[in-house]
Amino acid sequence: MISLSHVSKRYPGGRQALHDVGFTIESGELAFITGHSGAGKTTLLKLLVAIERPTSGSVIVSGQNVGALKPRAVPFLRRKFGLVFQDHKLLFDRNVFNNVALPLQIAGYRAKDAARRVRAALDKVGLLAYEKALPITLSGGEQQRLCIARAIVHRPAILLADEPTGNLDAEYAAEIGELFRSFNQVGVTVVIATHDPALLAQLAPRVITLRHGKLAAA
Amino acid sequence: MMAWLAQHARSFGATFARLARAPLGAALNILVIGIALSLPVGLYVVIANLQASSHQLAAEPQVSAFMALDASRAEVAQIEARLKQNPLVQRFRFVPREQALQELKQASGLADVVDSLPQNPLPDAFVVNARDSTPQALEALRDEIRQWPRVAHVQLDAAWARRLDAALRLGRLAVALLGALLALALVAVTFNTIRLQVLTQRDEIEVIKLIGATDAFIRRPFLYFGALQGCGGGIVAWLIVSGGVYLLNHNLGELSHVYATLIQLKHLSLGDSLSLLAFPAALGWFGAWLSVGRHLALIEPGAGK
Repeated sequence: MISLSHVSKRYPGGRQALHDVGFTIESGELAFITGHSGAGKTTLLKLLVAIERPTSGSVIVSGQNVGALKPRAVPFLRRKFGLVFQDHKLLFDRNVFNNVALPLQIAGYRAKDAARRVRAALDKVGLLAYEKALPITLSGGEQQRLCIARAIVHRPAILLADEPTGNLDAEYAAEIGELFRSFNQVGVTVVIATHDPALLAQLAPRVITLRHGKLAAA
Repeated sequence: MMAWLAQHARSFGATFARLARAPLGAALNILVIGIALSLPVGLYVVIANLQASSHQLAAEPQVSAFMALDASRAEVAQIEARLKQNPLVQRFRFVPREQALQELKQASGLADVVDSLPQNPLPDAFVVNARDSTPQALEALRDEIRQWPRVAHVQLDAAWARRLDAALRLGRLAVALLGALLALALVAVTFNTIRLQVLTQRDEIEVIKLIGATDAFIRRPFLYFGALQGCGGGIVAWLIVSGGVYLLNHNLGELSHVYATLIQLKHLSLGDSLSLLAFPAALGWFGAWLSVGRHLALIEPGAGK
């Protein structure tokens, strides 16, 4: 599903974020990418969704060489992913329902089909009662669950999360962890970049460890 | 296909929502565009009206030959015979002095004045259509008739209409220039409005790019916004010009009462009205397209991090 070989990334200005990294994540796997701050976790996720391009090496996602994608093809690559961000990246000018509906609108779903899927996703994360609420009125944990609902509403093959429990207390973090486990159980490939030891203990995933941009354990 | 239509409909709806969210700013923009557009359009209406009447007059250039007031029937008949034989003349019409007086009475509304005249001041006249209506041929004909006996005065009726026509052509050119300049201004105004919108929605654009929105999807509501704003400006311009024409016609109505003739400004035709909506919409679309294309490239998710 995801395969990196000899991937290096050097940012303009000379910082070497990744150095000769290679690993493979199979379809349906639950994998953590861990490491200290600045080890290259976020850069790795950015390479997967073509926010950044590798300086050398190849990044293959479901058979596509991401590093060589034409800009026009990038949106369609990104639709294969569900993205969960540490800072949620919700749109505060629209309500919960419309935030979750966004990926479906982008993909051109019909309003009726979209509404059904949005409610299913909201139900899954326990926010069905809040569909008319504005995101700003939700707590941190609820906002994170909203972000997850938006990430899974179009049923992506891969769920990518960057520090999903970074700002949450232990109880909320455990709920989020359970959500990830349930998605993985229905066949979604889940990749989480985190250094939260509690989450690690909870999910007991495969762990890919980065140290100063190099692969320390896979 | 249905999905594609639905997506467009949704973008359109989102655009309206955006307009509604900042109604004052949008209204002011539309007003500015409308006022700017109403200048060339108003001028156009005035010139089109003048041109229509000058065309009527200039279409068939005529030479009028007036006999001396004391010319006898025989002398008039002689001129008539000459006109019949002249190869330059296509046809002609004889206007006896009594008929001319009647026409003056009816056409000018000066009946009272005419009735009070002690005698008919008008001469017999011939209205001549030339076979060749170029100015040179007309002048040659005029010069020839002028030398005939008992012809007091010869006049080229179309000359002033032609001069007016030429002046109006110049006016049209001015309208075109003004229109082009204001079209440029419309594009610039839209460009700037959309630039501000793109910048204030930077975060939103970043997020939907991350979720997999194509550039076309992101661009669409901005393009609709530009087109709607232009179209709105067109509507305002149409209202301003309509109001102007109505007011003028109202006042012209009184004027034509006084002169006992009907002077009325024609309004914009349906085709012109539709262009007044479509053309600014297209320009707004274009300005938005330029702006979004330029500013969207600068927004890449995560690039700044």
